[in-house]
Amino acid sequence: MVVDITLPSHIALLGNPNCGKTALFNLLTGSRQKVANYAGVTVERKEGTLHTASGRRVRVLDLPGAYSLNAISNDEAVTRDVVTGRSTELLPDLLVCVVDATNLRLHLRLVLEARRLGIPLLVALNKSDRAEKFGIRIDMERLGSELGVPVVRTVGVSVSGARELLARLDVPVSAAAHCVWHAPDIDAVTHTQQEVHRIYEAVVTEPAVESDPSDHIDRVLMHPWWGLLILTAVLFVIFIAVFSVGDMLAGGIETGFGWLATQVTAHMDEGLLRGLLVEGVIGGVGGVLVFLPQILILFFFILALESSGYLPRAAFLLDRPMSKAGLSGRSFIPLLSSFACAIPGIMATRSITDRHARLTTILIAPLMACSARIPVYTLLVAALFPGEPFTATLIMVGLYALGVASAMAVAWVIQRRRRTTTPLLMELPSYEWPDARSLLIGLWERAMIFLRRVGTIILALTIIMWALYSIPSPRANAEGSAMERSIAGEIGRGLEFVFRPIGFNEHIAIALVPGMAAREVVVSSLGLVYAMEGDADEVGAQLEERISTEWTLATKLSLLLWMVFAPQCISTFVAVKRETGSWKYMWLMGGYLFALAYLASLFTYQLTNALTT
Amino acid sequence: MNEFTTELQLDELPMRHWAVIHAIRPAVVPADRELLLRLTELGFLPGERVRITAEGPGGREPLAVRVGHTTFALRRREASFILVRPHA
Repeated sequence: MVVDITLPSHIALLGNPNCGKTALFNLLTGSRQKVANYAGVTVERKEGTLHTASGRRVRVLDLPGAYSLNAISNDEAVTRDVVTGRSTELLPDLLVCVVDATNLRLHLRLVLEARRLGIPLLVALNKSDRAEKFGIRIDMERLGSELGVPVVRTVGVSVSGARELLARLDVPVSAAAHCVWHAPDIDAVTHTQQEVHRIYEAVVTEPAVESDPSDHIDRVLMHPWWGLLILTAVLFVIFIAVFSVGDMLAGGIETGFGWLATQVTAHMDEGLLRGLLVEGVIGGVGGVLVFLPQILILFFFILALESSGYLPRAAFLLDRPMSKAGLSGRSFIPLLSSFACAIPGIMATRSITDRHARLTTILIAPLMACSARIPVYTLLVAALFPGEPFTATLIMVGLYALGVASAMAVAWVIQRRRRTTTPLLMELPSYEWPDARSLLIGLWERAMIFLRRVGTIILALTIIMWALYSIPSPRANAEGSAMERSIAGEIGRGLEFVFRPIGFNEHIAIALVPGMAAREVVVSSLGLVYAMEGDADEVGAQLEERISTEWTLATKLSLLLWMVFAPQCISTFVAVKRETGSWKYMWLMGGYLFALAYLASLFTYQLTNALTT
Repeated sequence: MNEFTTELQLDELPMRHWAVIHAIRPAVVPADRELLLRLTELGFLPGERVRITAEGPGGREPLAVRVGHTTFALRRREASFILVRPHA
């Protein structure tokens, strides 16, 4: 018999959630990673390259964490499809099963399940340093012979933690045998578990302990009242950091772009090209880039809290209040991420196993005030209450609270007719210090996603906006300001009948159009509108001052309310379509948000007018 | 009858008391089959030691349940499928 053996060139990491797989992947591949989506779904597909001990290049796929191939979430379905050859992905030459050495009892089962796939296996006993520290001894030789596969030790969070694994990847493996995978039933699962139990008893010796270190921390952090109090404090600190530190760093970026604009203005002749560069490119891109620090600070906290094990506890504490709205604590992490941006929030819903709860979470995610709303809120609130920082802060908090309250109300309306409660069944992993490397790589990924957006969609939009204001409409006569004669002015007048009842003038109407594509652009568009319309003296005038003097109170309030609810941006629409796989939910989300926004603004505008006149 | 032979549903077990899983109640409706399969996969098996380590702020909802080296958050309904015998 001829056995086909080759060196593995294309491997995949398989493991339970919380096995430290991502840290190991980051250690193996460093910055040589590519993050994309699996075809048709928004499950993140992470691939990278590593160099084995002999220097050979190997492609590594980091599969989404899965407790079982009997998939109950989108994440697990992707993993199942890749390893059973049902997807368009190439079947890996070698499957590296990453298991948590401190929790073999839970993690071994997936290895036994993977053994039936016919793909060569390698077991990586990850977090082996922690196991040692806890006095857990694992007979590696016996484990290898029981499983019939090679076993190596790894430490995902240490620089030399992948040495054994990298050496092992230079050993040839036989070609994958073709196997048809069938979902096991409860008897088969019980049988596998008995096998797990037998192997566990044979290879693991551990000191008898009544409670884990995490239990002591949980006595405080998961205490019904102390826990909630601490959670409130944590969320408070996050938002303070986002606003204060983020604002400080944003100021620096603003100054930088201001300097750049002055330099270009000073060194170029006046003309169309200078206008495009200064007002279109530098003004537009700079106006959006200032949120990068705030987005990164928010993600820093989310990533750190998630990898430390605290976020699932927060979800636990909030499960009860969220179940009143028909959701479960599982929706907490996606909704928290939505404060940075709705798109990663919508992507994070993939771990919600219940389809209805997941759809509801997706539909309400845009109501969490994303960071792109911060500049619009800041501008309007400052214009509404000049010289009153305390009132302004209160109003800001109120706007966030309004978003959350409406989200819960909408969820309640959607879920009201459902009788069954959504299941929770969520692991609360042991507390760990976040891994600095993974934290940095995670932040880097977020920054790149944002910058790619700024460099493509947002840059294109600001240039289009600038063009619309600069090019005179062919139908316009010679009278009126440049703004009124431009194509943009024409569009603004066309939209006026829609926005007149809620108090928006043509300037706002036209600024809202590019805002559909990216919410952040509203501020730079307004800047463009006013900068282009006025004469030379007014160009330099602060947008804030213009707004506070030229708009009525009713208009300002109405626009604030509009920004809380309005369906934006296009990227969110795309994410909803892709995630739900249906146009229906995308239009449903757009429709209900538009209706809410219009009604809220109409009510606010008409009421304010009635009260102030 | 002494305490050792008393059978409870896991959601009836007092906080921080160790118990041994005696059986998993079979699913009545098909929708629960997936839940029970997952509970079994996660290690809720007869013979395993369990205890409740925390309770949510809404009157014992949800429950944090320790089994083996892992803690899971379960709703009371999910926990009610697990029948346990408390330690004496």
